[in-house]
Amino acid sequence: MTGDIIRLFPEIVLGVSGILVILFAPFVPPRRQSLLGWFALFGVVAAGAADALTARDPGLAFGGSVSADSFSVYFIALFLLVAGVTILGSIHYLERENLPAGEFYALILLATLGMALMAAGLDLVLVFLGLELSSLSTYILAGYRRHDKRSNEASLKYFLLGSFATAFFLYGIAFVYGLSGTTNLMTLARRVGAAGGPNRTFAAVALLLIFVGLGFKVSAAPFQIWTPDVYQGAPAPVVAFLSVGPKAAAFAVLLRVFFGPLSEGSHMAFWLLWLSAILTMCLGNLAAIWQSNVKRLLAYSAIAQAGYILVGFAAGSADGRSAVSFYLVTYALMNTGAFLLVAQLAGGGEGRTEIDDYKGLARECPGKAAVLSVLLLSLSGIPTTAGFLGKFYLFRAAVDSHLIALTIIAVLNSVVSVYYYFRLIVVMYMEEGPAAVSTARLPGSLWAALAVSVAGIFYLGIFPSAFLEFARLTSNLLPH
Amino acid sequence: MLSPYIPILVQAIIVAGLGAAILGVSALVGVRKRSSEKLAPYECGIAPVGNARGRFSVSFYLVGMLFILFDVEAVFLYPWAVVFKSLHWAGFIEMFLYILILLAGYVYVWKKGALDWTR
Repeated sequence: MTGDIIRLFPEIVLGVSGILVILFAPFVPPRRQSLLGWFALFGVVAAGAADALTARDPGLAFGGSVSADSFSVYFIALFLLVAGVTILGSIHYLERENLPAGEFYALILLATLGMALMAAGLDLVLVFLGLELSSLSTYILAGYRRHDKRSNEASLKYFLLGSFATAFFLYGIAFVYGLSGTTNLMTLARRVGAAGGPNRTFAAVALLLIFVGLGFKVSAAPFQIWTPDVYQGAPAPVVAFLSVGPKAAAFAVLLRVFFGPLSEGSHMAFWLLWLSAILTMCLGNLAAIWQSNVKRLLAYSAIAQAGYILVGFAAGSADGRSAVSFYLVTYALMNTGAFLLVAQLAGGGEGRTEIDDYKGLARECPGKAAVLSVLLLSLSGIPTTAGFLGKFYLFRAAVDSHLIALTIIAVLNSVVSVYYYFRLIVVMYMEEGPAAVSTARLPGSLWAALAVSVAGIFYLGIFPSAFLEFARLTSNLLPH
Repeated sequence: MLSPYIPILVQAIIVAGLGAAILGVSALVGVRKRSSEKLAPYECGIAPVGNARGRFSVSFYLVGMLFILFDVEAVFLYPWAVVFKSLHWAGFIEMFLYILILLAGYVYVWKKGALDWTR
């Protein structure tokens, strides 16, 4: 029993701190609301310590429905990183926009708890619960600017399409159960192995349904339609969180399901991933070229990034899987930082998000322009940044698996993406101001959040080996 | 391998058939006399009052929603009470934590003034 609790410790800490934040919220005077942010951040750090604690004693818990292994430890650390950076970057934003702080941090913590359960859960029903918890929290967060119509639209769209997709995921679980009489991935592997491979048709249907459900969350084509509208309408710090957190969690579940017994000896799973990777990359990049709004541009870029990650999936090898894990961390650093900075630059009411608003920013605020440029350079995959190495590992895994056509398409897409990332940099550096975006000084908390992002990008871009070892451990998808 | 599900299929067919038969027969054989009472919207047998688009206080929905939330909590207590003895202390602690979490929500709702009808 105590062993069980220790293996679930990060989740428990997250849940308790989320509940405490919402309990304290009405008692904290309105002018001291940032205290709640610091408390939530403390909760995230404590959960990180708990995560390190579970890493020392890996194993199954609660009758095999939860697993504390290097896979879950890695992904929970990633979610905590995203949550921590988002909380740090939102403290000033919430004060500026005069939004209630307690509920915001509580929802972030609870969404993180849901994502942690998705990564640690071996039972698909538990994974589904985690998915629902993280989804419901992010639906509310997307509509957090209650008096802004676009934010309401974003929330409603995300909610309607999201719950539809979740139903597909649940249907897929039902098929897994019908196939094997269990929803536990470990038991499934045992039973299917004993039966000499799964029933092909049922397994294919189950995989397809699960892919539809999770493909929505990761905005993989053809389920990416909601992404630009939601990312444009939702508050930018929320997008910083939901463009990375739930996406990484869904990718974690996809890793465990798609490289398990269900896809054994089946070509369908491979071609599904292959096709979706190409579609996602091409649609994301080609649409991003035409955008005039920074949030929409980053939304399409986020779609394209999901496509690159799917390349690692299609490669299918252990290298491909660890490249996916590695890339998710670099993606988290880049995207969270970029959206947090965009939130700050957009100014009161998030009024300034057009690309033209960034004209001449470099002359007025060289620091901010430099940070945004680093984040964009990393997103486009320029060497010495983490984005380059992340893409390199993904594409190399694809080449090693002899997916030459896919790799060529991915590299071409990457070249296209350089155009629109650089367009923003060119506008900042080469065009005449005055900049319409907010040129107010960066608040200390946001500065710290961006420092984490930029430092992480350079650290992973220059000294990746230690971290890559950690990512490699995650290619063991199920505990032994 | 699907044979255990045949009774369910049979039941589904019977249910659908019965529904269709009842509606179909009453549509074919039934006598239709329309009167203004019969065509009025059904409001639990009470004579309709006013327009459906009338406005309520938001508190009405808020209290209604909170009522359902805490009502469902009580529903969970019944099955728990039935198996309480066989669960021993573990069951007690789990339910205690569950109630504690809901209590936190209750305190939040109260302090936020959602239960204040005259606000």
